[in-house]
Amino acid sequence: MKLREIQALLKAEVVCGEEYLDKDIEYAGASDLMSDVLAFGRAGLLLITGLSNAQSVRTADIVEAKAIIYVRGKKPDKDGIELAKKKGIPLLSTRLMMYKTCGLLFSHGIAGIPESEETK
Amino acid sequence: MNHGEENELTQTFDIQGGDFAHAGSVSTKIKEILKEVGIDPAVIRRASIVAYEAEMNVVMYAQKGTFTLRLTPGQIHFRIEDEGPGIPDIDLAMQEGFSTATEEMREMGFGAGMGLPNIKKNADRFLISSLVGRGTMLSVYIFLRPEENP
Repeated sequence: MKLREIQALLKAEVVCGEEYLDKDIEYAGASDLMSDVLAFGRAGLLLITGLSNAQSVRTADIVEAKAIIYVRGKKPDKDGIELAKKKGIPLLSTRLMMYKTCGLLFSHGIAGIPESEETK
Repeated sequence: MNHGEENELTQTFDIQGGDFAHAGSVSTKIKEILKEVGIDPAVIRRASIVAYEAEMNVVMYAQKGTFTLRLTPGQIHFRIEDEGPGIPDIDLAMQEGFSTATEEMREMGFGAGMGLPNIKKNADRFLISSLVGRGTMLSVYIFLRPEENP
């Protein structure tokens, strides 16, 4: 699923990275705990989070996430946006809560992080 | 392969304890350096996770610290030394979920007791020593080729 379709599905605002909306997303993971993302994240994931400080963007860069979706209408601070622009990570913000965001994406074919990574 | 000093790269970064605004910036720089020298992306990813968790630990718990990257043809070595409270029980600190984090740390998305276990999981060699009231030293090796594994 293209990031652009995800944006439409979640009625999300593009905070930055309009030029990356044609990226293909296969799987996603949701957490507010960045250590969990670092432990279980996988390169190429779509990160769904309610943590809107710059650490969310740093974590996405470190694990090589393709994009971040902030839930509950949150948006990252200026430092986070600057870093995302520099690193080429698109940031989206949806008004939906995390559970609904995940449910919608899952029911539209976005998988979870592949099993082997979860049980490692 | 020449393992002489000309093929080594050593760089030391300072980390300021409590500086949450810049937390992670050393790891971002280290990742950029590893990319520039053309390290395998899967290795970079592991090394970056180690660097980030280690840097966050210094920011969260210590007064200050240094992060030394030493890159040789066979391995990446990180040495992270801090001046801080130290860890009274390392075995306990190594357990997933054990944490002494404050509310502020948790608001940053950290302090879930995953840091040290995460570092160990991504390292090929992991050494930790700590002196209560003085500080903590971490030494982490990540091998660039499996045959480097002693």
